[in-house]
Amino acid sequence: MSKHAARFLYPFAGTLIIILAWHYYVVLFHVPVVVLPTPMQVLQAMVKEWKVLIEEGWITALECIYGFALAMAIGIPIAVIMTYSRIANQMFYPLLVASQSIPKVAVAPILLVWFGTGIKSKLAMAFVIAFFPVVVDTATGLRSTSPELIELARSLQCTRLQTFFKIQLPSALPSIFSGAKIAVTLSVIGAVIGEFIGSNEGLGNLLLTANSQLNSPLVWASLTVLSVLGVILYGFVVVAERLLMPWAVDADPKH
Amino acid sequence: MRVTKDAKGAGAPAPFGRVVNVTKTFDTAGQPVPAVKDVSFQFRKGDLIALLGPSGCGKTTVLKMMGGLIPASGGLLELDGKAIDAPFPGVGVVFQAPTLMPWRSVLGNVLFPMEVIGKNDARAKTRAREILKLVGLDGFENAYPRQLSGGMQQRVALCRAIIHEPSILLMDEPFGALDELTRLEMNDLLLDLRRVTGATVLFVTHSISEAIYLSDQVVVFSKRPAVIVKELAIEIPYPRSSKTRFLPEFIELERQAGVALGIVHQ
Repeated sequence: MSKHAARFLYPFAGTLIIILAWHYYVVLFHVPVVVLPTPMQVLQAMVKEWKVLIEEGWITALECIYGFALAMAIGIPIAVIMTYSRIANQMFYPLLVASQSIPKVAVAPILLVWFGTGIKSKLAMAFVIAFFPVVVDTATGLRSTSPELIELARSLQCTRLQTFFKIQLPSALPSIFSGAKIAVTLSVIGAVIGEFIGSNEGLGNLLLTANSQLNSPLVWASLTVLSVLGVILYGFVVVAERLLMPWAVDADPKH
Repeated sequence: MRVTKDAKGAGAPAPFGRVVNVTKTFDTAGQPVPAVKDVSFQFRKGDLIALLGPSGCGKTTVLKMMGGLIPASGGLLELDGKAIDAPFPGVGVVFQAPTLMPWRSVLGNVLFPMEVIGKNDARAKTRAREILKLVGLDGFENAYPRQLSGGMQQRVALCRAIIHEPSILLMDEPFGALDELTRLEMNDLLLDLRRVTGATVLFVTHSISEAIYLSDQVVVFSKRPAVIVKELAIEIPYPRSSKTRFLPEFIELERQAGVALGIVHQ
């Protein structure tokens, strides 16, 4: 029980210490509000502008969710093809890896030209940045299937589809989810980059606008909502993981 | 070919399984590496045959060829009159590691073969529960593998290997990763299961006493490339028990196997 309490108590205490340090730093050193508002001022801005924050946050959330969903929907099949076709692997895998050396921010203006200033260019940006970890982790998971299980499947004369759906895909699930967790976090970054480059809506846009008006409490409020958004999206992935992989959760090794 | 079972009397029925002059050469980095060389032995239906030899000698390769999992480079393998060159129905396999699917319950793991062959009906479930009970795992049907100990997991793997009533059970050092006490327990469990199911078993091991304790026949292999250095017919009647291990003939057989392996000097 005390262990359980500590799990919540310590992170809470840690956060409190940082917030208090922040507050007293601003107060004691008379830091101007433009440079750094106090936590209280940020909170006040959040309360005052809650409607705008929710509206813009919802737009950013949609961009992230669509971009992330697209990264999963396209990334997983590509990983499957790369794993099972040697030729496809040799043709495209080096290209895929090389493409990751392109700074994603540099792609944003191109996406803007292709998809316009609406939601499409943002979700495209979120997709571009979230796609790679999904492919790599899914491929890793598919390749790490126990060779003995494959041998078992062969001895039972499983069809290729049976082997894939009954053995390889479930074996890869833990890896797929670790890719998904990275991807969902990156999708938030992608969406904000997209909004920075060209947009008139979303939290990234709100943040830029507030910044240009020297309204730093609102800047920090936007930032806070953005990070909360990231945590919530991450939480959804964790919930999905627990639902799809109940065997990996309830197994606190031998109670 | 050497006839191993002549002690059991002439007029014995045709062998159930035959391995005739089988050779296997692997291609490792362009170099041919012989793993199995001119191996011949045969066995009857319902027999338990131990393939005994040093680690990495190629006895596992013989086992896999028997299951059609890898092709022989030369020679002939036969089961029930049919040549083996590819996987065929009616094979059960047990590996050194339990190799269960962590995402399936105990019952789900045991039923996996039935699912693959399309016979996952109520009868299969009843049978699965029966054999789980036989190995002492009743009450664990809905547990996940990682909630079980290593020995319990290997019991589940055993159940999975026999659920579809295979005509041959291939076991690759199945108890090699278990502690000694669990291993002795599992030996008796295997003999019980065999008595109940009548399965023919090929059992790879590097433990001399395990080989003799379990088997009707022990085939002793040399170091790589594997050639047969000795065949021992184990005439000690079943059921066997802990007392068996102290019988003079048991100890004599251990000595003979040890000599064949070159670890006991005459």
